[in-house]
Amino acid sequence: MTLHAITVLGHDRPGIIAETTDKIAGLGLNLEDSTMTLLRGHFAMMLVCEGPADDAEIEQALAPLTADGSLTVTVREVPAERAEAGDGSSWVLSVHGGDRPGIVSAVVAVIAGVGGNITDLTTRLASDFYLLVAEVDLPSGTDVAAVESELSRVAADLGVGVTLRAAETDEL
Amino acid sequence: MSVNTRVLEWTETDLGVAGEQREVVRAPASVLATPGERVDPTSPDVVRLAADLVATMRVSPGCVGLAAPQVGVGAKVFCVDVSEHPKTREHHGTFVLCNAEVVSGSRNEKAREGCMSVPDLTGDVKRPSRIVVRGQLPGTGEEVELEAEAFEARALQHEIDHCDGLLFLDRAAGAHAVYARKTYL
Ligand SMILES: [Zn+2]
Repeated sequence: MTLHAITVLGHDRPGIIAETTDKIAGLGLNLEDSTMTLLRGHFAMMLVCEGPADDAEIEQALAPLTADGSLTVTVREVPAERAEAGDGSSWVLSVHGGDRPGIVSAVVAVIAGVGGNITDLTTRLASDFYLLVAEVDLPSGTDVAAVESELSRVAADLGVGVTLRAAETDEL
Repeated sequence: MSVNTRVLEWTETDLGVAGEQREVVRAPASVLATPGERVDPTSPDVVRLAADLVATMRVSPGCVGLAAPQVGVGAKVFCVDVSEHPKTREHHGTFVLCNAEVVSGSRNEKAREGCMSVPDLTGDVKRPSRIVVRGQLPGTGEEVELEAEAFEARALQHEIDHCDGLLFLDRAAGAHAVYARKTYL
């Protein structure tokens, strides 16, 4: 099984996803995972596809997207990653306050410092209000109270507020 | 659910003072991230604050609740009125509570929330859809306990959170649960 990581970045307009997935389907590739968003109005999509085509063929098929210079496309073969079962715990971290440099790096350093893994991250800037929401896996045995107090200390230095909550799943 | 008739019958005219509109503060104002102080619900300042909160809510389009920190006052006072909202079921009309707390809650539901103090963002928040809230009415100071459900329950918890220095963003369901209201041009 060959996996390809594809990124499409640039000026947003209607039809980018339709064109990209049409070319991918035309090569017989399966779209295994994808995420797309607008970052400050810029189109940003990442895909992982599986199939027999090689990187050069995929790049060639997607070349029309980049023809007018408004989008950049990258294609790279990637190894299969085994999803870890994870015996740790899942948390949602929220940080917000006045915008200033270094909020993200200072906060995520606390998570990294205890071997925690960020599995999803969104930051938003609205006027001078900065927001970070991250989904965090903490290893089993982590002293969560100590992580919270370290996050509070770092947040206080930055003049922002922080909350760490257990990610709840309602089994239905 | 049973409606508390004392709360239902309460209106801002019971306060005996005419409310004036106050300016709504926006994040990242620190008052929004600081737990409010408990108040004496019979004090004239609190009565005036209660009247002003209702008056400000009334003139703000679509506003179903307003907490003291949102007008720059770090106090546990808020008003709600969900009676005009389409998602409302049973409700208690317009009322103000002081020093309110959620006593119990059940039946989590996720819904998208917005806030006058965070005008550019919305977020998905999971909260109990049936709650019991206890607090005091401003003016008389009498203690009331009420059952709320659906949209009124959500509004009450959103406002009680404000009084505890929390925004809905502190309860965002995940990294993909926060949305920009406007696109950047
Ligand atoms: Zn609010």
